[in-house]
Amino acid sequence: MSTLSRDEVAKLAGLARIEMTEEELVNISSQFGTILDAVARVQELNLDGVKATSHPQPIENIARPDVVQPSLTPAEALSGAPAQEDQRFRVPQILGEE
Amino acid sequence: MIFKTATEMADALSKKEISSVELTQAHLDRISAVDGDVKAFLHVDKDGALAQAAAVDADRASGKAMSPLAGVPLALKDVLAQKGVPTTAGSKILQGWKPPYDSTVVSKLKDAGVVILGKTNMDEFAMGSSTENSGYGPTFNPWDLTRTPGGSSGGSSAAVASFEAPLAIGSDTGGSIRQPAALTGIVGVRPTYGAVSRYGLIAYSSSLDQAGPFGRTVLDAALLHEAIAGHDAHDATSIEAAVPAVVAAAKDGNVKGMKIGVIKQLQGEGYQKGVQTRFTESLDLLASLGAEIVEVDCPSFEYALAAYYLIAPSECSSNLARFDAMRYGLRTGDENGASAEAVMAATRDAGFGREVKRRIILGTYALSSGYYDAYYGSAQKIRTLIIQDYAKAFAAADVLVSPTAPTTAYKIGEKVDDPMAMYLGDVATIPVNLAGICGMSLPAGLAEEDNLPVGFQIMAPAMQDQRLYQTGAALEAALISKWGGALITKAPALKGGAK
Repeated sequence: MSTLSRDEVAKLAGLARIEMTEEELVNISSQFGTILDAVARVQELNLDGVKATSHPQPIENIARPDVVQPSLTPAEALSGAPAQEDQRFRVPQILGEE
Repeated sequence: MIFKTATEMADALSKKEISSVELTQAHLDRISAVDGDVKAFLHVDKDGALAQAAAVDADRASGKAMSPLAGVPLALKDVLAQKGVPTTAGSKILQGWKPPYDSTVVSKLKDAGVVILGKTNMDEFAMGSSTENSGYGPTFNPWDLTRTPGGSSGGSSAAVASFEAPLAIGSDTGGSIRQPAALTGIVGVRPTYGAVSRYGLIAYSSSLDQAGPFGRTVLDAALLHEAIAGHDAHDATSIEAAVPAVVAAAKDGNVKGMKIGVIKQLQGEGYQKGVQTRFTESLDLLASLGAEIVEVDCPSFEYALAAYYLIAPSECSSNLARFDAMRYGLRTGDENGASAEAVMAATRDAGFGREVKRRIILGTYALSSGYYDAYYGSAQKIRTLIIQDYAKAFAAADVLVSPTAPTTAYKIGEKVDDPMAMYLGDVATIPVNLAGICGMSLPAGLAEEDNLPVGFQIMAPAMQDQRLYQTGAALEAALISKWGGALITKAPALKGGAK
């Protein structure tokens, strides 16, 4: 049976930028083995030479003519912002204090 | 009037026997009376709906040409953005968010004069099969209020099955329209991938997501399908082709000479006895109507569930990175000079529920270096094999069929602590999503052991959606004549009164 330890879940949670409680880390870790065993079935078949499908349709880049079209006003774009200042999104500090 | 079909309501509206305001008010009254029990809605937009209805009535009075569904009310899954109306996708991270724009589905509904009653409950970001993963509590199945209405579009299916709305929109990433339709005894269709624009549909798994219609009859679903489908320049994956003639097909309902393929892998072990009985009975009916029943072999379907639970979480772990506490939605922990990264992590912890976190972790794992080829890479190759299996099967049959879900509606709480048991409920619906084709679920009767609805699934090749309706309408007519009335009329009356 596959396992994913509490510490491995914590590392993945860090990569996914989710601060998890100890209880959540343990809970996800304890249920992960069953799920991993189930999804690992994709490795049972010999898939040599099989092409991968990322999407059900053949996708190509689609360009539209470079014409100005109506878009959101600054007030509309900012309407859901948790914080704003001078018609801009105000975000917590990104760089460390000097 | 609320117990009639959308087609009958549209007819009464066009003959001016009833106004849209009256019809809308009747549904709002029904919601007030029974939604305390069902809890299908997260938000009821009473004023917006009545204003829209009044505008439709005014247009009709002025002699303007009207769309077929003009004035008919609808319930909208909360995954679709509607300008100025709270849109949460069932998540606390979007609590209170009012989109500054309309999704294309909503624009098309408004253009068609369809009255939007409100936003329906769902599993958070459509991740789930029972609505129990909603950040706002579960929805209850009108057939038995101790059971789930399915998911993730369980609010939409419950609204239609409880006569709170004649029509609803859902979204189907792994079965989230078809399975709730099956569990509540109504019709639900997942159109071909790319047939309905995803612009403004909050993304879960972009290569699998597709919005589609719910109705109480095949024709009602077809009318709604036609209203929302079509090419959209806002969605790069939108198919540039004419909408299949689904309404004409639903009116035609004929399977004479049609080849119907039964998928060997989607029956038998793991399927409840009453589900299997109703499925076989429907097959016999289709044969008696002149269809030829053949068996088809799709060996790679055995791996579809495993592939899905790698591909969907992988895509979700990437899609949900947008919830970063910076531009919209929840922000917590923004104090004492906390860094943007710390605020992001605290917000995502507070805003996401358990299943969403589980899938993000699974997706992050499957995409991480060292595991990518073994998990995500293999799953993508299985996806190719599933597409090839379908191609072979559709060479032998015009449509394919199976039970929609292996069981009838289960009890609220029964599977919520066992994610794998919950995932197994999607086994028959997932292959359609992986291949990007279309599928319908329609009611096939009640299972003998529990008197709960069973769904019959029909699948057709990409952009052959009309075949679903042609087959579904024929089966529906035969079943209704056998039962002496629509299945939904057998649903127990809701007492109402709960808050």
